Amino acid sequence: MSIAGLIERIGALVIDGITDLGDFVLFLIYSLLYIFLPPYKPRLWIRQIRIIGAESILLIGLIGAFTGMVLGLQGYNTLHRFGAAGALGTLVALALVRELGPVLAALMVAARAGSAMAAELGSMQATEQVDALTVMAINPVQYLVSPRMLAGIVSFPLLTTIFDVIGIYGGFVVGVGLMGASKGPYFSGIASNMDSHDIAIGLWKSLVFGVIVMWVCCYKGYNAERMATGVSRATTEAVVLSSVLILAFDYIIGAILI
Amino acid sequence: MATNASTSNGMPPNEIEVRDLCRRFGRQEVLRHLDLEIAQAQITTIVGPSGCGKTVLLKHLNLLLRPDSGTITIEGVEVTRLGNRALDAVREKFGMLFQAGALFDSMSVFDNVAFPLVEKTNLKSDEITARVNETLAAVGLDGMGDKYPSEMSGGMQKRAALARALVRRPRILMLDEPTTGLDPTRTGAIHELIRSTQKNFDLTVVMVSHDVPAVFQISDRVAFLNHGETHLHGTVEEVMAAEDAVFKRFLAGRAAGDDDGASLAG
Repeated sequence: MSIAGLIERIGALVIDGITDLGDFVLFLIYSLLYIFLPPYKPRLWIRQIRIIGAESILLIGLIGAFTGMVLGLQGYNTLHRFGAAGALGTLVALALVRELGPVLAALMVAARAGSAMAAELGSMQATEQVDALTVMAINPVQYLVSPRMLAGIVSFPLLTTIFDVIGIYGGFVVGVGLMGASKGPYFSGIASNMDSHDIAIGLWKSLVFGVIVMWVCCYKGYNAERMATGVSRATTEAVVLSSVLILAFDYIIGAILI
Repeated sequence: MATNASTSNGMPPNEIEVRDLCRRFGRQEVLRHLDLEIAQAQITTIVGPSGCGKTVLLKHLNLLLRPDSGTITIEGVEVTRLGNRALDAVREKFGMLFQAGALFDSMSVFDNVAFPLVEKTNLKSDEITARVNETLAAVGLDGMGDKYPSEMSGGMQKRAALARALVRRPRILMLDEPTTGLDPTRTGAIHELIRSTQKNFDLTVVMVSHDVPAVFQISDRVAFLNHGETHLHGTVEEVMAAEDAVFKRFLAGRAAGDDDGASLAG
């Protein structure tokens, strides 16, 4: 390949990359903007909140309980060595509320609802259902994506809160019930050592993760290649990219708000 | 080279006019200075070998794609430079039947057909129900509203999709290969349905089809595309009578089951 050809190829890749990034960002802006523009579709909002939020509660509760139980077990064993078993409640609560709750809840919802969303939108694209909306003079981003975005914004903080509460009780059952830590200091430690700033950090993270998961999963599905392999690739990419961005933004938000 | 096989005498006015339409995807030039007129209240069928630009042309006519250059005039309005809101106003004039039906699989047939009315009109619930039932009856799906698309045969899905395209009583109906995947019996039934629907609703129909020559029986006019150009265009009789070697080879290729149109090269 000649040098001119190589430069042309690199240039084309750079331009394609910038164009794709621009599309990705514009997709987020429009999907957020259309939430506030008529026509409003409360029926679609509620349906998506049910799918993304309500139908994830059981999974979130289960994962929250086990996470709290593991924290109770390992936390008690570690703290007991230093004679600080009374700080178990504080340890479990801070770990869940600031870090594990928002991250694990977001990863679980990305795996459960995000993948399904990417597959559904990709399948709709492949079978021309998205084109059908456009031809009927219905904005497909406003109809398909914005309700999901709103549902993510509403559901993620609530799911995270449920995760945190169940996780704290899971830690209590194992740490106090099985391992023998004192009952009183568990909750009094949480009350005295955790403040609203800790809770705010967790809720801000869950809000950002909700936007990220909906944005990535909807974008990947909406722009899937119109074939079966395109839909499966979009689904995989949606979950992988969501997970990477969740962990990256977990650090960024943590560093900013610490 | 494009040849217009029609005469100007007795021609109905044009509902859609396409002038000098060009479109490329990357380095591939799909539409090359294409000209076409779609006559009002008639069935115009677009035929041609695979890859000649039929579906891309239809996606320009139904405003899913914008051309690189050229104009498309629908009922006197030049649409290629319109903004999204104005495009939506034009879109409300036509209904579209997609190749795979494009029914929403999460909805029943009734909800699919009612969808454009629910979303884009202020009709009351009982008015919507009456209109949907009337339209379902018109396409032979009376009483089938409770079924889901996955519970229906391919032919019934096409009928349901046709009902959805007709439910807002459009002036123009666009059909993208409406008989793809159907057996000959169902193909004939869908052709008859398209003809009767066109007459009953006085529609301008633009249809892309590969059912050559069967589809000519229900068509008023034919446009034969080759290499992104309108190669031949006129009434069915005029096109069939035209002494055009490329079109004759296309017909012979279709009769022999040659789908790729490779024999038309050059």
